[in-house]
Amino acid sequence: MCLGTIGKIKKIKYSEAIVDFSGNSRSVSLRLLPQAKVGNYILVHAGFAIAIADEAQAKENDKLIAEIIDEVKKYS
Amino acid sequence: MKLKNIVESIEKISDSQKQINIMEVCGTHTMAIHRLGIKSLLPKNINLISGPGCPVCVTSVNDLNKIIFLAKQKNVITLTYGDLFRVPGEKESLERVRSEGHDVRIIYSVLDSIKVANDNPEKKIIFIAVGFETTAPTTAALVEEVYQKKVKNLLVLSLHKTVPEALLALLKNPKIMIDGFILPGHVSTVIGSLKPYKFISDEYNKPAVVSGFEAEEILESILLLLKMFKEKKPSIINQYKKVVTSKGNIEAQRIMNKIFERTNAEWRGLGIIRKSGLKLNKKYVQFSVDNFFKISLPKAKENLACKCGEIIQGLKQPKDCLLFSKNCTPEKPIGPCMVSSEGTCAAFYKYGGYDV
Repeated sequence: MCLGTIGKIKKIKYSEAIVDFSGNSRSVSLRLLPQAKVGNYILVHAGFAIAIADEAQAKENDKLIAEIIDEVKKYS
Repeated sequence: MKLKNIVESIEKISDSQKQINIMEVCGTHTMAIHRLGIKSLLPKNINLISGPGCPVCVTSVNDLNKIIFLAKQKNVITLTYGDLFRVPGEKESLERVRSEGHDVRIIYSVLDSIKVANDNPEKKIIFIAVGFETTAPTTAALVEEVYQKKVKNLLVLSLHKTVPEALLALLKNPKIMIDGFILPGHVSTVIGSLKPYKFISDEYNKPAVVSGFEAEEILESILLLLKMFKEKKPSIINQYKKVVTSKGNIEAQRIMNKIFERTNAEWRGLGIIRKSGLKLNKKYVQFSVDNFFKISLPKAKENLACKCGEIIQGLKQPKDCLLFSKNCTPEKPIGPCMVSSEGTCAAFYKYGGYDV
């Protein structure tokens, strides 16, 4: 039920955005995410944008996992 | 990160024979775990338990009866998300009610309900609001808009529930043996990853990881949990930084606090959980179905053979239920765990894996 889909904002008019989901465009409400800008990748749930996707943050996580994998390799 | 590396690290770090029970709280995680075959990649001593994170599955029979009662009233149109459509109350489902001629419609975004209300001014439009913190702000946005636009014929039945309160109830139950949690990623986009769950590590000494839904993300979350078990340093880690921040969506929290107030809510299988529900507050109560309809229904009788309530607490597996795959199938479901596309029984039925 808490499904979310990530799409890219192509256009914004008032609190509505036209969002591209892998080639399909849909209108999405920005009422819960007023700071979203054209070009942002956003997570959409039930017609509302609820979060901005941040690849830089995702990479921070990759670093942490890589460190753990290296550490676990040293276990006897 | 290569899946192979993560799986190898999981194997190495969980070298003990001791069984580790990890609850994936969210129904979307349950489906992903089964669809992706995650259990087959894990060492035998790691036991994944499906939790109460399927909103339809935890909707009580009393509330389902109330939904059916409302849908049968004269001059109403009932709007619902698809998940709830086939879930049976004590006697029938919304699908059945519609086949009897009542107007029940499935919507994809809550804002569609304003159009239905404007197109049908002579009718009362009832929106059945089910879901956790991911969905509750969208209902709050609807109510705010209905208030601003002075829409007179739209009513809401708010059955919204909150996840941290349910986990606290689980942790307080001595029968339930959970060593750590995989937390719902999309709920945390709204409530944040840290503060609402801090009690899990601080008061109950158990680790938890807010997780994404891809195979790699779920396996990374399991690795993070195992590392915390190994080092005996429980905390709350955010694996899903791609979309989850520690503070969450402040605007969504603001609108939820503006429209709703906390109430005790009945969860299927878990009973009444204090302050785990969201109802419209005094200013917006004019849009509540309870303000318009006088509803007094007898207490529901549950089908005692259905083990959904115990399954969502990890006390039983679908195979322990006598109805599972015999009398209760996705085509002819008896309980909500089989009806919901995210239900544990539906996941086990669709993808097998009950012998894994």
